[in-house]
Amino acid sequence: MTNEIPFKKIWWEDPLFKSSTAFLAWFVFGLSVLLVFILGKFSLPSIAQFGLHFFSSTEWNPVTENFGALPFIYGTIVSSLIAILIAVPLSLGVALYLSELGPMWIRNPLNFLIELLAAIPSVIYGLWGIFVLVPFVRKYVEPFLSACFGFHPLFQGPMYGIGMLSAGIILSIMIIPTISSISREVFSLVPASLKEGAFAIGATRWEMIRLVMLPYGRSGVLGAVILGLGRALGETMAVTMVIGNRPDIAISLFAPAHTMSSVIANEFSEATTSLYAASLMEIGLALLVLTLALNILARMLVWSFYGKAKGTRA
Amino acid sequence: MQKTLLKLTAVSALLLSLASPQAFAEGKRILINGAGATFPYPIYSKWFSEYSKVVRPGVEFNYQSIGSGGGIKQISARTVDFGASDAALTNEQLRSAPGKLLHIPMVGGAVGVTYNLDGVTGRLNISPEVLAGIFLGQIKRWNDPLLMADNANANLPSAEIIVVHRSDGSGTSNIFTDYLSSVSPEWKQKVGKGTSVSWPAGLGGKGNEGVAGTIKQTPDSLGYVELAYGEKNNLPFFAIKNKAGKFIVPSLEATTAAIEGKANDMPADFRVSLVNPDGETAYPIAGLTWILLYQKQLDGAKGQEMVQFLRWAVHDGQKYTKDLLYAPLPQQIVAAIDQRLSEIQIKS
Repeated sequence: MTNEIPFKKIWWEDPLFKSSTAFLAWFVFGLSVLLVFILGKFSLPSIAQFGLHFFSSTEWNPVTENFGALPFIYGTIVSSLIAILIAVPLSLGVALYLSELGPMWIRNPLNFLIELLAAIPSVIYGLWGIFVLVPFVRKYVEPFLSACFGFHPLFQGPMYGIGMLSAGIILSIMIIPTISSISREVFSLVPASLKEGAFAIGATRWEMIRLVMLPYGRSGVLGAVILGLGRALGETMAVTMVIGNRPDIAISLFAPAHTMSSVIANEFSEATTSLYAASLMEIGLALLVLTLALNILARMLVWSFYGKAKGTRA
Repeated sequence: MQKTLLKLTAVSALLLSLASPQAFAEGKRILINGAGATFPYPIYSKWFSEYSKVVRPGVEFNYQSIGSGGGIKQISARTVDFGASDAALTNEQLRSAPGKLLHIPMVGGAVGVTYNLDGVTGRLNISPEVLAGIFLGQIKRWNDPLLMADNANANLPSAEIIVVHRSDGSGTSNIFTDYLSSVSPEWKQKVGKGTSVSWPAGLGGKGNEGVAGTIKQTPDSLGYVELAYGEKNNLPFFAIKNKAGKFIVPSLEATTAAIEGKANDMPADFRVSLVNPDGETAYPIAGLTWILLYQKQLDGAKGQEMVQFLRWAVHDGQKYTKDLLYAPLPQQIVAAIDQRLSEIQIKS
């Protein structure tokens, strides 16, 4: 008899717990479905008006209400690519130093300081960008690139400081803490026995890193890069302050450009006509799709490296 | 959805009135909601606080500075008691509103053209056609003969002019592009006017601070900012040639002169563009900012208070304009506003 009381109490608790957690999980999923639905619904006028032409047109004219998203898509992708190109090698260096090479006493304080970079609000990055980074890029970085690689159209044209290059640089600084701190975690998980094994067969430290740590951490590092890319794609304030906000597709990285998130932030509050607002909504929808597509692509990349069976940390 | 919103508001108002029957019965507190332009926000919030503190305690205002576009949307949907806008409504927008909307001018503002040129001191002059040429990307260098002709004594460099404009939709851009359209047929045809346009040349900065920051950081650049913002930050301004052929430095007096310049052909609904006015001392790139409200006020108590407030703002309220760097309305306009306000029908 006495044993039955606690037993009876428990029988409905488990199902209740299960169904409430299931509800919460589906609730969040439902929210994102609703988000896509609402974005789609509000962009209908623009979809009906421009169709697929919206994604191939380079004209953005609020006066004549002729809208095309290509320059914004281009700006978002290119600025994020520049950010990844700069941030990944830097972050891997940081992560390896902090997990393997640096003296013990410096690792934690340095790691803390780098992670602190992630806590700086993006508008502060933007202000710093316009007052410090932009003049620096104009006076030193762009003349240097133009002198060394000026034969290539990527590095030609007038040097304003403000433009695609500055946007890429500021984004790279913003995503370094994300990529480096996750990569550091990943590297610290490499089993000591593997590392010692490499040393035991005569590997130098560099060979050990190259042959053991990098392959072991590959999927985790890729996961870190995906997170960093996600932040770079969606970043708005810092980018809009240094990119020049010009909806043009220019080959030169020195030229001003525009991104999907910054055009929404810039123009939505004064988008009075329904077609104008709908076009901005459609850019939002396209940004969501673009982010999703890049994430899926990266996830597939991880799987192809590592194999699904072993399970991934990404 | 709006209907549900209305119902919700009605129900919550009912609940509120039940909860505090005393306050309701004595008519002690009235809350007037408004939304719209960011440009006049500092003077509006000064007015609202002075008015509820000193003139009429118990009347409170809740103003959201969400931008002119938002203000027009909200008043057209009747979700607020008044809207505010730096751009007059188009005929189409007026037609689609559920009732007759009035434009009441509150204060004037001006747009200044500023620059960053090393080693150039003294006042620089510019003519309208040269300004349009620069923003069209046709006049590319500082030592262009047309620009030199206006500035015989200045030592202008041969550097390329870097044009800076607003990247966000704004009433400032609306006034500026309205001006360029009025002085340059080519601008009117190629670009037109609006809160955002497709700029033929230059870099975009977000907000006045974005434009000013970009100009400060970019040698040989030129761009436009709100006069009040530029004055507070000690930016140098071009003197611009007005319709009478005089080069005028932007100032509050010159802005008020611009409003006076349009006073004679002011339409009854005040929907007037102030750019390029008559008058020897008028600064040509100026604009009005309006409060929008319905001629038929459905809520009697609120309508009464609203009209009373507007009357106060265009009379006594104007004394606060100078400190906040807005141009006060000239007398003849105030008289016309009084006339319009007296025509507002308030449901009793």
